[in-house]
Amino acid sequence: MLGFIVRRLGTMLVTMICLTMVVFFMVNLEPNLKKLAISQLDMRSPPEQLESWLVKNGYRQNFFVRYGQWLGVVQKQPAIDPQTGQSKPRFSFCDEPAEPYYGGILQGDFGCSTKFKTQVSTKLWPALAATGILMFWVMATMVPIALLIGILAGMREGSRTDRTLSVASITTTATPEYVSGVIFTVIFASWLGWLNGSAASATGQGITFYNFTLPVMTMAIYGIGYIARMTRASMVEVMTQQYIRTARLKGLSFPKVVIRHALRNALIAPFTVIMLQFPWLLTGVVIVETMFRYQGFGYTLVEAAGNNDIDLLLACSLVSVFVVLFTQLISDIGYAYLNPRIRVQ
Amino acid sequence: MQLENIGTLQTIVGVFARFWPVWIALAFLLGASMIYRKRLGLYGQLFESGVGIAGVVICCFWLFTAIFAHVVAPFDPLAQIPVMKDAMPGAIVPDHGGVYLFGGDKLARDVFSRMVFGSRIVLIIAPTATMFALMVGTTLGLPAGYYGGRIDSVLSFLANLVLAFPVILLFYLLVTPGIMDTPIPYGLAGLFFLFPIIFFVVLFYTRFKNRPERLYPLLALTLVLGGWIYVGLVFDADPLGVVSIDPNQLNIFVAVVFASSPGVFRIVRGLVMDIKTRDYIAAAQTRGETPWYIMLWEILPNARGPLIVDACLRIGYTTILLGTLGYFGLGLAPESPDWGTAIKDASRLLRSVIHPALPPTIALMSFVLGLNLLADALREQSLRD
Repeated sequence: MLGFIVRRLGTMLVTMICLTMVVFFMVNLEPNLKKLAISQLDMRSPPEQLESWLVKNGYRQNFFVRYGQWLGVVQKQPAIDPQTGQSKPRFSFCDEPAEPYYGGILQGDFGCSTKFKTQVSTKLWPALAATGILMFWVMATMVPIALLIGILAGMREGSRTDRTLSVASITTTATPEYVSGVIFTVIFASWLGWLNGSAASATGQGITFYNFTLPVMTMAIYGIGYIARMTRASMVEVMTQQYIRTARLKGLSFPKVVIRHALRNALIAPFTVIMLQFPWLLTGVVIVETMFRYQGFGYTLVEAAGNNDIDLLLACSLVSVFVVLFTQLISDIGYAYLNPRIRVQ
Repeated sequence: MQLENIGTLQTIVGVFARFWPVWIALAFLLGASMIYRKRLGLYGQLFESGVGIAGVVICCFWLFTAIFAHVVAPFDPLAQIPVMKDAMPGAIVPDHGGVYLFGGDKLARDVFSRMVFGSRIVLIIAPTATMFALMVGTTLGLPAGYYGGRIDSVLSFLANLVLAFPVILLFYLLVTPGIMDTPIPYGLAGLFFLFPIIFFVVLFYTRFKNRPERLYPLLALTLVLGGWIYVGLVFDADPLGVVSIDPNQLNIFVAVVFASSPGVFRIVRGLVMDIKTRDYIAAAQTRGETPWYIMLWEILPNARGPLIVDACLRIGYTTILLGTLGYFGLGLAPESPDWGTAIKDASRLLRSVIHPALPPTIALMSFVLGLNLLADALREQSLRD
């Protein structure tokens, strides 16, 4: 087991290096650098001035040198002001030592956000915390509801409850967040007026039922159908097993059979599915946070990508890739742990 | 200015009436399918369950709407009639006599016509992109599952790499206006569009290797037809000027294929690993068939059931991806009538006007729902066999 985890962690590391290199390459494409230079100087700067800005701030160095600097294995050189010959921080809003230093993500330095004019870490961690709260409430509503629907539907295959719940879960998987968000806002905010159509106040004034229900509901609904269908399939399979028939023939009541004998085995597969939902939820987070103006990770990602904020976007992709790979690892380990029939060599 | 309104009932009747070509086509199709369903194989079996019929009806409804869009839609989707800004559903256009059945949006365009023309964009891009993703995923998944070993490790690692990318980040990196100045989208398009040609060439070659009279016409047809479309799409240099694609749409297309082919790859690989242990594969190996013949003519036909189901679900998922692109304003032109862009425009104004938001959302949802129902019915049928 330990060897398996170590090997998986190794693959994870290689994957992360590859992916960050791809992102690094993409954000440093020529048009993106031009856009950044223009946004840092101004629209009417002549091309030579843009070019000299890029050279001065080290954007014209070798790709691998720059990637190494970002990673923290190559020394960063201070930017020298050509007029005074003194070293000077690249961005006025970020401190920078005057001598060469190692300052990459390995040292915990994520760099400077050119959009928010601050250190990336001061922007990123609060945003992640805000999204963490949202994710918590989404999981807390989505998982129990989905499991309940799946178990009720899979308990008696082909019954009327099963048909109704199955069609309902197919419907929710056909409703992406931007569709359900609009429909819920129209119903609950515009017509009924029960809930707030914006979660902007949640950042400043705290989370209330009034401003936070719509985002949570919107995000949960897309996942519910999928998890419920997986739970149903797993439940249906378990209910045809021999030991369930034995339990029935012993004279146990139906609820007892379901709760004592079927449930535990039926919940192994959904566990994996729930863990693998995280990458999907990440897209959902971006849509929901944009739609309801909640200042979390998704909102930060959109702002970073829209303004070509290189360091912030790199940090965001690092975090999201890490989340995806880490949940995959947990789901594999958890599956092997929960299912005694699987033994990892 | 107060606009005249034809009332709710009249509006509903009007909407039904506008779809007349769709109803006629649907009636013909369903009638014919019902009569001949015994002879129609898998498609005919769909008509044995309510879920299947519902799926077919919804999907065909949007298919026919896309085909007859210019008849169904009363107005040009881009035309603006300034008086009709934010007009309520059923408002009559002064001096024209036409009716904005679902009202006007903030730029005074007809919401109904935009929804109808939006179906065209969605129904062209989503199924074709899915087909390309299927081709790419199948062509790579077959050898990965069949040979295993190093090919499998390398290809699986690459697929996992793409799958570990959050879709939205991928889109923000791949579908930006700046990237059109770089060769990346054209390079990727050149790579992806090569796969169908390779697929068909290998398919025909393995089967008709010893029968040149069949092989050469088929190969020539594939290369000429494939090459023609390839040149038109990737280099935009079709000598006849028939095949061409807008650079923006090419970019979207590439991004969607890129995001969705690793999923196909994983499914195909899994199916192949399962099927290759069967006896008939061992028999083919003993006969001395080449590996690619076994993959394409023995394994692939036996994997078609799950693949068809997956294709249905995947078209729905691609539609959702397209909507996501539209919602974030990536790739498609800002005035494009596709559903995602329409939802984006309308959702920003939900506090004041509601009606422009509902038609595109319900259209998108119903189309994806139809595909999901179809997939569900197909899965049930293939399990019964």
